Amino acid sequence: MGAGPAFAAVQVARSSTASDLAALRRAESLSTPTALARTKTLPLAEALQPLVPGGALQRGTTVGVTGPGSTTLALVLSAVATAEGSWAAVAGVPALGLAAAAELGIALERLLVVARPPDGSWAVVVAALLDAVDLVVVRPPARLASADARRLQARARERGAVLCALGGTWPQPCDICFTVTAPAWVGPTGAGSGRLEARQVEVVGSGRGAASRERRLPLWLPGPDGAISTVAAPAATHPTQPVPAGLAAVS
Amino acid sequence: MSGLGVRTLVAWCPDWPVVAAGFPVGEPVAVVHANRVVACSVAARAEGVRRGLRRREAQGRCPGLTVVPVDVDVEARAFEAVAAAMDALTPRVEVVRPGTLAFPTRGPSRYHGGDEALAALVAGLATGALPGGAPTARVGVADGPFAAGLAARRAPGDHADPVPGAEVSRGPHPPAPGIERRILVIPAGASAAFLAPLPVATLDAVGAVRPDLTEVLRRLGLRTLGSLAELSARDVLGRFGPEGERAHRLARGLDDRPPALRTVPPELVVSIELDPPVDRVETAAFVARTLAAELAGRLAAQGLACTRVAVEAETDHEEARSRLWRSEGGLGPDALADRVRWQLDGWLNGPWGDRPTGGIRLLRLVPDQVVADDGRQLGFWGGAAAADERAARGVARLQGLLGPDAVTVPERRGGRAPGERVVLVPAHTVALGTARPRPDPSVAAPWPGHLPAPSPTLVHAEEVAAEVLDVAGAPVGVTGRGLVTAEPALVAVGGDRPVEVRMWAGPWPADERWWDPAAHRRRARIQVVLADGRAHLLTLEAGRWAVEATYD
Repeated sequence: MGAGPAFAAVQVARSSTASDLAALRRAESLSTPTALARTKTLPLAEALQPLVPGGALQRGTTVGVTGPGSTTLALVLSAVATAEGSWAAVAGVPALGLAAAAELGIALERLLVVARPPDGSWAVVVAALLDAVDLVVVRPPARLASADARRLQARARERGAVLCALGGTWPQPCDICFTVTAPAWVGPTGAGSGRLEARQVEVVGSGRGAASRERRLPLWLPGPDGAISTVAAPAATHPTQPVPAGLAAVS
Repeated sequence: MSGLGVRTLVAWCPDWPVVAAGFPVGEPVAVVHANRVVACSVAARAEGVRRGLRRREAQGRCPGLTVVPVDVDVEARAFEAVAAAMDALTPRVEVVRPGTLAFPTRGPSRYHGGDEALAALVAGLATGALPGGAPTARVGVADGPFAAGLAARRAPGDHADPVPGAEVSRGPHPPAPGIERRILVIPAGASAAFLAPLPVATLDAVGAVRPDLTEVLRRLGLRTLGSLAELSARDVLGRFGPEGERAHRLARGLDDRPPALRTVPPELVVSIELDPPVDRVETAAFVARTLAAELAGRLAAQGLACTRVAVEAETDHEEARSRLWRSEGGLGPDALADRVRWQLDGWLNGPWGDRPTGGIRLLRLVPDQVVADDGRQLGFWGGAAAADERAARGVARLQGLLGPDAVTVPERRGGRAPGERVVLVPAHTVALGTARPRPDPSVAAPWPGHLPAPSPTLVHAEEVAAEVLDVAGAPVGVTGRGLVTAEPALVAVGGDRPVEVRMWAGPWPADERWWDPAAHRRRARIQVVLADGRAHLLTLEAGRWAVEATYD
């Protein structure tokens, strides 16, 4: 690819006919650093893309996730990035269901878990994780100093990592906030038959800057086929009705 | 370099592919793979059939030849009977390939009164397990599996003359008549002398190295293993690389185990006495850098890389702290110095009760695992390799801060309960970033009775007590037939106010490990969705409900 654009540019300098102009445009498109934009973001599952500006997680941002289903949403946020070669870490969630993480698409071989960071060195541990991996999911301790939180956010910005705080107790404003509301499970059909199969939720995305416009998205978290997908309009009107697997998922 | 090979016994069943195919050796039979003879019977050999001949050529030399295709599965299956016959002697039988088995003799040989007695016993057992009409098994004992395998092949057998120059030493228990012709015991330390007159091509005949290498050696005039062994190890390594070094080790009668498993020679250990004792991390780290450079120099001189190193520190009050550090790509001097600094930082600036009371007097770096240094190729653009390396550095740093077991990585296992299917193992026990090469066989097992996906995203380490009540407020139980006594209507978690149940499913009884009284668990699980939107997996065990997991 290296010789192509230069050759085209020389051609244009001699005579500027229509075909040479086309060659110049092609050369420009080839030399545009398209890879740069990608390296500044982490990829996101397709169903979640309408929730964030640009459709991908900007590196260096802090994401807050709250509400019933927040753990699932945080895992889904990490899934595509780990599958594409990024590392993720989870700190301070000793009860994390790893089987669920695998089902939601996280590449387990690129996941680090620090189950119980000691209270005294919590911020140090998270800072070290932000140095080491691209995406850190934390559940902050009950009394996290505001200054520590600010310092960790600055560290994430500096290292180009994404910090994802669970539980809504993060003492600083987050760049993007996701609130999971209105969970409705599908599966049990009464008298003990059936099993939990799928959950519909509405995810509300808000935040600062480009993310400040509130976005609402009905989601299957997870869907009847195990995947995360947006809810089709008819299904959203009867969220508590059991939906056959074939009808529900619309990607 | 390290010492002699592990004393090993090799039992070899000649012409195994023919025997496994079900033909007696008296018939002219050849086993053929890819149009070449890979094995033939004694009768066929007498007619001039040899290994490596083309099929037509073999049939030309011996018109009555029966040709059968190779079937490795049948060979392996038939050999299982021979391997099973050794179970009475040792649990550590290793089937090298169908027709050849090996095990270390140290324990069994002392029990049975010496290598000769053991070899005679093995020869008798193996021959007894062979089908009728097969040639008798040969047994060799020597230092290392390579020399033992050659000894087995050079045991005289029933119809041949004894090999001149090979001394068969007799033990205190004279073996049964006839057996002594089937065994060859090379005395400890004499393996190199035994190997020296053998042609260098024996290396590739037993599959130890590629034929190209032995061909080159032969053309260079190194016709016997002895002449190869006389060269210096460094010259051989420099000229022929790791494979040449392996051939050289084998020729000298040394261990041919992969280098990762061999014991580290003591001269690789580097240590330094600090006088006066050091109580500042920076000073110790400075010393550690020179120490690491010295170790790296010694490793490089032997063509080795260190993948695991123990850093040991001692104070003048006899307190000691040792920790193992591991890195897949080999630890360079800078990486090693960093690890020493992290470890000392974690110790000297750690919690008060844990800090040493004196200054550090002694620093020692002990390479715990070394491998041949074949370099490490990083991706051209950084990319995934760079991310893996960054994560590995971060893990090492956190281990310095929190201790080696604080950073964990998931590993798949089998199990029914949601927390059993994937477990956490310390990060330093696995190769970071690579899919685990051999998953636990129980991962693929079906585990009937486990709950299908979606799995709960929170699995509580300590189960939270819960109460499950019916409409009337009476506790709900599960009968011996696996049915609930009443429909659950209210659930109280951890002493909170009872919440109404929106949906429920179950119960699923699980009767696990009933064969083991200590580990036996009899449980029933139900799923509930509560009015506040939470969904739980509840477990009833010994009459008490608990929240096992939560679908968050």
